[in-house]
Amino acid sequence: MAAKRTVEVELSTTGIGADGRPQRVPLVAGDTGGLALQAPPALEPELEGEHMLINIGPQHPATHGVLRLVLELDGETVVRCIPHIGYLHCGFEKIGEYRQYNQIIPWTDRDDYLNCVGNNIAFSLGAEMLFGIEITPRCTVLRVIGMELSRIISHLVWMGTTAIDIGAFTPFLWSFQERENVYNLLEGWVGARLTTSASRVGGMAADIPDGWLDGLKAFVRAFPKTLDECDRMLTKNAVWVGRTVGLGVMSPEEALNYGLSGPMLRASGVDYDVRKDFPYLDYETYDWEVPVGVHGDVYDRYLVRMEEMRQSVRIVEQAMARLPDGPVNVDDPRVILPPKHKATSEMESMIHHFKNVMEGPRPAIGESYVAVEAPKGEKGYYMVSDGSAKPVRWRIRPPSFVNLSAIPKMVEGHLLSDVIAINASIDIVMGEIDR
Amino acid sequence: MSGFTVIRAGTAPDLPTPATPKRVPHRGGAANPSAEALKARFGDAIRRVDVVWGETSVTIDAAKVLDIVRWLHDDTSQSYEYLVDVTAVEFRDRALPIEVIWHLRSIKYRRFLRLKGLIEKGNPLSVPSVWAVYKGADWLERECYDMFGITFTGHPDLRRILLWEQYAEGFPLRKDFPLRGRFSRAEQLRQALSANPEARYSMEELSIADAFAELPLDMRERIKHGESTGE
Repeated sequence: MAAKRTVEVELSTTGIGADGRPQRVPLVAGDTGGLALQAPPALEPELEGEHMLINIGPQHPATHGVLRLVLELDGETVVRCIPHIGYLHCGFEKIGEYRQYNQIIPWTDRDDYLNCVGNNIAFSLGAEMLFGIEITPRCTVLRVIGMELSRIISHLVWMGTTAIDIGAFTPFLWSFQERENVYNLLEGWVGARLTTSASRVGGMAADIPDGWLDGLKAFVRAFPKTLDECDRMLTKNAVWVGRTVGLGVMSPEEALNYGLSGPMLRASGVDYDVRKDFPYLDYETYDWEVPVGVHGDVYDRYLVRMEEMRQSVRIVEQAMARLPDGPVNVDDPRVILPPKHKATSEMESMIHHFKNVMEGPRPAIGESYVAVEAPKGEKGYYMVSDGSAKPVRWRIRPPSFVNLSAIPKMVEGHLLSDVIAINASIDIVMGEIDR
Repeated sequence: MSGFTVIRAGTAPDLPTPATPKRVPHRGGAANPSAEALKARFGDAIRRVDVVWGETSVTIDAAKVLDIVRWLHDDTSQSYEYLVDVTAVEFRDRALPIEVIWHLRSIKYRRFLRLKGLIEKGNPLSVPSVWAVYKGADWLERECYDMFGITFTGHPDLRRILLWEQYAEGFPLRKDFPLRGRFSRAEQLRQALSANPEARYSMEELSIADAFAELPLDMRERIKHGESTGE
């Protein structure tokens, strides 16, 4: 296993000026300033008076979806935060109990809709565990490519929208342009851009078309340059640093206790990545590193996500180099549909086709929890089978739901304007939170 | 300058290098060592241990879950620092008990453990909350209550989370709940249209600020009569 790396950053932060009042100190490269890392000011007693009730959302561009936050303010300082969710609830888990396994895959597109391919594959991995299926080597590598591409998409959207929230418009355009390139690739692969339904139990919806890898190569060649440009725009930008450093700090112990996962947890200095610690899809055989923050603030979350995109590119490059030939789908008529020409000409294939479509494949009695490292954190699908073609229970373990539950802890004591930055740093997708 | 020390995963000595599980047997295989430790520590409270698809499920006495989880969290030989999920399962066979599931991970030992508490049919749907040990259980338990109606005793703020507070159709993930809901479409529509969109603050929130005088008149009247508003 490759040694894990810790991202070192030099920071200046919110500090106390000569007059004893809090002030923001812009970052200068190499200048650590000697200021202690500390939360922005607590209440100022002389101004204490009537508290104000502020309602953000559910329809608000900076809540990244239909999230509603009720804030109690003392002046501009948040004293209490009460989040309300559920505006997008449509009962995915209930619907899943009425669907065959392959019919659930389109629903996984819609829970975290920035990570569709990743969700499809995560669900397939869970279902394959229930069916006891080993996927083919080519499928394993293709799935790694799909998962890392969707991580890049998700982090790009995060970076663009967060930059807009904090007032920088250009990174949004650059990151969405690169995101379009990935969507073009996905369109060439599975025919859909956003709701991909890319995988099936036992394989993928389609093998990659001829020449697709050339497009992917062009992307991984060009993408790091865009990333570097965004890096230059933001990482040492005084406004960006001033609005992100020292905000929403979670200590490693707190982050673990609150169940945070993904970049949120790693930015707090917990070196836990499902791909490294509970590997799947042979992630242990790739050479890459897990970025870990040391301050647990919004700025470290940004740095961690930027580095994760670079690491994803590394993984995609290695996956392209090792992509073996061979079939994508397993040779198992229980779960995989026969080719159409066989279904119309051979008796047995027709029977398999009919039973597969009409009745659906039946796994053994049992249960499995398969977790993957989604862009937002540990995404798990817990499925319980009673031997019928439909799961008894399909549970989505939503990372951004648990991450969001820590928002009162993170915003209380900060300024109202910082709530936007902290909320953005959680990288929520309401489709996944409300399900 | 740095705030914290980095916590490394898998720091316990003599751990195998993690690898993608291959050819996992349906039943059997090596159980998580914590299962034996739990049996030794808690005796009768540990009902059975299963290994299904490589994952260890420990069926426990649901009433003892807080003690068990606290020991798993605090004991340095276990170190289950991370609560992954709290959920429940109801089977299509109505005679089978409802299972409450806790998924735990030990970051230090790279272990995954599933705890199951069974609630026999007819018994009150109530288990102790693990919020005192894991703050992350807050919303997970609220969701489980919202969807299954399981009460987590000791939870500081157990109320509906995804559905609204006045939701009267029951608990959606229970098997006796029809897919389309209990009320007719017409009734659901009538209720949605008659909801007062102004009444979106809970009493708790309204008490935050002295904003009472600024509320719409009908809402002030309703609050005066003791009606609970909001979600």
